Amino acid sequence: MAEFSVIGERVPRVDAREKVTGEARYAADYSLPGMLWCKLLRSPYPHARVLNIDTSRAEKLNGVKAVCTGKDFGGWTWGWMSSTRDESPLAVDKVRYMAEAVAGVAATSEDIAEEACDLIKVDYEELPGVFEPEEAMKEGSPSVHDYVKNNISVEYHWDFGNVEKAFSESYIVREDRFRTSRATHGYVEPPATLAYYDPSGYITVWAAKQSPYFHYRHLSACFKLPLSRVRVIQPFIGGGFGGTKNDSLGGDFCSVLLSKITGRPVKYVESMEEELVTSRRRHSMIVYSKMGVNKDGILMAIHHRVIADGGGYTAIGPLSLYLAGFATTLPYRLPNFKYDAYRVFTNNPIGAAMRGHGVTHTRFAAEIQMEMIAEELGIDPVEIRMRNAIDNPEPGAVYETINKVLVKTCGIKEAIQRVADAPLWRDRNKVPNKDGDISWGVGLSGTSYLGGARQMGHQACAAIIRICEDGAVNLITGATDCGQGSDTVLCMIAAEELGVRLGAIDIKRVDTAYTPVDPGSYGSRVTILAGQATQKAARQAKKQLLEAAARNWQVTPEDVEIRHGRAFVLSDPEKSMPFDRLARIACYSGTGAVILGTGYSTYGIEPLDLVNGIGNGGTSYSYTAQSARVGVDMETGKIITTDFTIASDCGRLLSPLTAEGQIEGASIQGLGQTIYEDFIMDSGKTLNPTFLDYKMPLSMDVPAIKLIDVVTDDPDGPFGAKEASEGSIVSAPPAVVSAIHDATGVWFKELPVTPERVVQALKNRKNKGASAAP
Amino acid sequence: MRETEGSPIKQVRLTVNGKAYGLDVQPGKTLLELIREDLGLTGTKEGCGLGECGACTVIMDGKTVNSCLVLAAEADGKQITTIEGLADGDRLHPVQQAFIDHGGLQCGFCTPGMIMSAKALLDENQNPSDEEIRKGISGNLCRCTGYTKIIESIKAAAGNAGGR
Repeated sequence: MAEFSVIGERVPRVDAREKVTGEARYAADYSLPGMLWCKLLRSPYPHARVLNIDTSRAEKLNGVKAVCTGKDFGGWTWGWMSSTRDESPLAVDKVRYMAEAVAGVAATSEDIAEEACDLIKVDYEELPGVFEPEEAMKEGSPSVHDYVKNNISVEYHWDFGNVEKAFSESYIVREDRFRTSRATHGYVEPPATLAYYDPSGYITVWAAKQSPYFHYRHLSACFKLPLSRVRVIQPFIGGGFGGTKNDSLGGDFCSVLLSKITGRPVKYVESMEEELVTSRRRHSMIVYSKMGVNKDGILMAIHHRVIADGGGYTAIGPLSLYLAGFATTLPYRLPNFKYDAYRVFTNNPIGAAMRGHGVTHTRFAAEIQMEMIAEELGIDPVEIRMRNAIDNPEPGAVYETINKVLVKTCGIKEAIQRVADAPLWRDRNKVPNKDGDISWGVGLSGTSYLGGARQMGHQACAAIIRICEDGAVNLITGATDCGQGSDTVLCMIAAEELGVRLGAIDIKRVDTAYTPVDPGSYGSRVTILAGQATQKAARQAKKQLLEAAARNWQVTPEDVEIRHGRAFVLSDPEKSMPFDRLARIACYSGTGAVILGTGYSTYGIEPLDLVNGIGNGGTSYSYTAQSARVGVDMETGKIITTDFTIASDCGRLLSPLTAEGQIEGASIQGLGQTIYEDFIMDSGKTLNPTFLDYKMPLSMDVPAIKLIDVVTDDPDGPFGAKEASEGSIVSAPPAVVSAIHDATGVWFKELPVTPERVVQALKNRKNKGASAAP
Repeated sequence: MRETEGSPIKQVRLTVNGKAYGLDVQPGKTLLELIREDLGLTGTKEGCGLGECGACTVIMDGKTVNSCLVLAAEADGKQITTIEGLADGDRLHPVQQAFIDHGGLQCGFCTPGMIMSAKALLDENQNPSDEEIRKGISGNLCRCTGYTKIIESIKAAAGNAGGR
């Protein structure tokens, strides 16, 4: 293994000091002189025609400066693909989910803007709504969008091998219906923006976006300005996790339009209730899973039929359904696979991306179903996984799945074995499994996730390294740290490559006027792709420094090295100088010498094949095995989670403190969607729109977490790195549900496993003697 | 809160981070709005505005409060400490330093409120157990960390925080 001086060190985050002192400024912390406040009027109906909007009373209210409605955007719409541009900044003819925005107001205070919204009179013609995806896809259901038949928003049919033949030759074939919860990201920072439309035709916004270049393109297209006139300046971001902060929202467009109308800056901060009722949340998916295995428990075939609640618009849904399919062939060998997926429009809030995107649904179903089959066959949960798990390819070798996903490193077997050997699993039968009303259980899972997600359009990340004459280094990328710690990781990569200390690197946050365009922070892309770009930029800058040093010492550049902030001659280490001196020499050598290194990523350039589902969805793949211990109160159904052991193959850990925090945090977010979190919906209305009622894990709820590093060295990642954290949000639900089964004897196939569902299932079992939950 | 036209403006005197202020406030104004808007101390965050997330936690006369639930008028005569008042010049409070050293933060949005709760806990109990730490921050939502490294940070700070 190569020796590193910065990579692998337990260094604090580069932005930590600003965050613990309160100096870090988030979008809502920005203000400008003369600033107005924007508020939106939202629909009280989930499905209704907008007949007329009368804004005259609002406009007369003292302090109101401008009002806008959907028509003011001139028919402009946006969407993730050119064929799915079905959303307008404000509803024009029709609202398709409750609380969809219909009008925007700019006023001198937030209170006045809110009061003005109440004065806008909208005439609606209420339409019959449809709220269950399986209902919505039936012939004759109310149509959410006229341009599609039976509300089918996205549809894929992939077929690899011959599943029918494999099922007919299987020893056991199981068919089960699973359903995942209506979960959301739950960041504590609500979406916010401060916008200024300069009358000379420039837009500047400070917006809470985890992928600011999406927003940059949306604003350019909406306001018909060249990209050079759209400036998105990145504040600190208070959490992202995909979905909402990866897209543009009604309030974003209205703030810019209202600024254009008034000539004044306009600020928009969503209330948490608005956020919770409209967030572009994780899809709730119904997974009909059919799995066949032979007598030894070896997987023969899987057929997944997935029906996803898409809500009112398409958003990033085509990718969600792709991800729910392509990764089913990992982390176990699967010779036959069929996938029929339907994303269905309903009059619910929009289904979109969330950490563990797509994969979490189908992997949950497949993991639980494999456990059910293992139970039938009398095979140990570890054993059935080890028999099926993909082996780690020899260096240089590649394992190809039936759908042509290429695996170059795979630590799943080591991860499962190390979790099985850890005390939580190993000693599970040595502790009492009953304690009064509490029944204890331990469960296990083995899962995979992708890093360096591919997409349809712009793929590469870029970076610029600028060496200052005093030895300081600017790292300029288009990547966004929305909390995951990528700024720290990128600085570490730059420091390692240049041979300087971490403190010498200063990373700039995104400003689309100056930073290179970047796809965004999603699909665990940043470490791998912006990381590779940073590595290349640093190497290019270093090459120029080595050449300057070589000229100075009259040796060849190959004979010079820089380490720990000093340059020296390899063949004569007595000849050395500090990095800052070399920087000055290099910058001053020749008139106007500028030491700039640039680089862009080249991993994973081939675009996604959404239609056929063939090929890679990511650049590389992480593997996670997890065990969990829970106690179930057999009277009240309440579940407590005491322990997690998580073994992660994240390639090489570049920044252990950052990666650990990511893995821990994601596993708790995964716990949330397994036993706590669910939007309670009644005909499109969210009945639990506050953090009090949408219950996320608190400090009292979380287990003790033990982490195990499984180190692989992936050829398609900087220093061998793969993704960290999306793996453990996928591994947590099946591990926890297996543990609940171990405690109760009941398989729960619908998430979240709430106390009500536990009590009901135990009651059903008592009545019927059956072992399956409804 | 809506401003009510013609409602009486109240004069509020309070001390924030050791500095005395006298301010005219509308009756509906919250302490959070006073801190962020009138004093420009934006380190204290608004998450939910309903007292459920703890992002707006400040210390008022030694006790933590959700400043979004306290009317500015109720803070009359009180001593308030916000996140900006913890460091002593360049020297960070031990809780702040521990959060840096032990990875007790990610996106940072809950961090100011979390640190205020941790400080108040350690002011009362210099050597809290794990359970007491969990309880001490049970009013503060964090979505990034899963709390593990926050609890470790507070435990590490416990040895060093006494007397500040």
